[in-house]
Amino acid sequence: MRGVSIIGGGLSKFGERWEASFRDLVVEAGTAAVIDAGIEGREIQAIYGGCMSSGRLVGQEHVGALFADFLGLNPIPATRCEAACASGGVALRAGYLAVASGMYDVVAVGGVEKMTDFDSADVAIALGGAGDMEHELFFGATFPALYALMARRHMLEYGTTEEMMASCSVKNHKNAVHNPYAQYHNEISIDDVMNSGYIASPLKLLDCSPITDGAAAVILCASEKAKKFREDPVEIIATAQASDTISLSNRHCMTELHATKVAAADAYKQAKLKPSDIDVAEVHDCFSIAEVMAIEDLGFYEKGKGGPASLEGLTALNSEISINTSGGLKATGHPVGATGIKQAVEIMWQLQGKADKRQVNDAEIGMTHNVGGSGATAVVNIYKRL
Amino acid sequence: MKHPLPLIWRMIPEKYYLMGSHCTTCKNDYFPFRQICPKCRRLGKVSEKRMPTTGTIFSFTEVYAPPSGFEYESPYPLAIIELDNKVKILAQIIDCPMEKIKIGSRVSMRFRRVGDDDEESAITYGYKFALIEDSASAPTASVSSAKAEKPAKASKATASKD
Repeated sequence: MRGVSIIGGGLSKFGERWEASFRDLVVEAGTAAVIDAGIEGREIQAIYGGCMSSGRLVGQEHVGALFADFLGLNPIPATRCEAACASGGVALRAGYLAVASGMYDVVAVGGVEKMTDFDSADVAIALGGAGDMEHELFFGATFPALYALMARRHMLEYGTTEEMMASCSVKNHKNAVHNPYAQYHNEISIDDVMNSGYIASPLKLLDCSPITDGAAAVILCASEKAKKFREDPVEIIATAQASDTISLSNRHCMTELHATKVAAADAYKQAKLKPSDIDVAEVHDCFSIAEVMAIEDLGFYEKGKGGPASLEGLTALNSEISINTSGGLKATGHPVGATGIKQAVEIMWQLQGKADKRQVNDAEIGMTHNVGGSGATAVVNIYKRL
Repeated sequence: MKHPLPLIWRMIPEKYYLMGSHCTTCKNDYFPFRQICPKCRRLGKVSEKRMPTTGTIFSFTEVYAPPSGFEYESPYPLAIIELDNKVKILAQIIDCPMEKIKIGSRVSMRFRRVGDDDEESAITYGYKFALIEDSASAPTASVSSAKAEKPAKASKATASKD
């Protein structure tokens, strides 16, 4: 196995993109990544694309082929990867393995979701399929409901409060103000979160990531050849993935995502690093409670201390550890298939010093954490400048 | 959401009388039914087993933004229930105001209508749970949206038809 680096990345604008189709979003992010990498289309040897629910929502399956076709890259192999909200993360990992194995030198990895054309009850059904359809969605359990069930336990077992959870959303909105690609550019207060309506108690509207259209792409290259393309490639120094029960009720513990802990332990081992070495991390805050659990499960804070750490501002930009500088899923938006790749693009910019007003000082080591469903898949990657 | 008839038919044992599985090698119970014991794998010996119909609320929420098909019920309470054999199960809590639902409350299974999409699709039935304090009045106070309610311990034969 050889080293793999990101030599370019790009995003579409995230948000309610009513003027843009599914394929428009793919092209917008794909071209941005190719231009950033300074490569020609003919140098790309394969495509791995993350997408969760194009069939259920847009009605389009076989999107790997569609990526290749509309990016003008036929006839190279193009494969769709699906792991619910971790579809982007597993696509990135598939691309990584393809290059690390020596099969290809340069591959394009992308993620996309087109969601805002549809009624929110229909989107809830599509996303609900990320859990156990026959035993959760069948009884009306939406995704917010599953995380709400975890939140209630976290509050009981560790004294986490609704204000602590709300502080994650507040911080992420503050970061997104400086991210031109983000869906929201407005700051919110803890009171705003507390006064927003319930989606699934105790989670309120502003505890939840929004429904978003968007796409993201990166170009991966063997590290030994990456400097031919640019001065500052970002190497993926660890990539780990883990699985857990599809159904939340089958978990032994509901105040952690076990798959995150397993993937994180593997990633730290691969990189020979520890949590305190991470300068900047994009974590999967599909709900505010998910960010609280993520910063615990990734080892940044002890179990039960994630809420207080967030409320005290320890995860804000340039504080103890900078979490979700992009604005996270909450404020950048969460086009589910794109999120795992968007996280990698943000970390690439941070490590290249290109994150503008949301730049983390002296960022050397970055991490992405992408979760599928209520935690049945987790992907954790660690990055460093090559 | 629409469920095809064969799916509804296949789900009858677990949705109507909590049929799960038991591994005689490690003595663990599982719900939903699993053919392979994840602890013992090929050393496991798995057979069907009905789960106990009483348990304790482990966590709960009230859903205000329902998926399609549940709009008319919203908001509705959902809970994770720890059954008396320690197996956890997600289910709706019925026949009680939200304020009475607490972690630790005792509940028992009811058999209820879960959904009916439209005139052309089948009505789905399954388990829901009610607080045990209310169980004495449940037979007369069953004023939920369901029209064809059956007792929890309906026989297999009567439970298999609408």
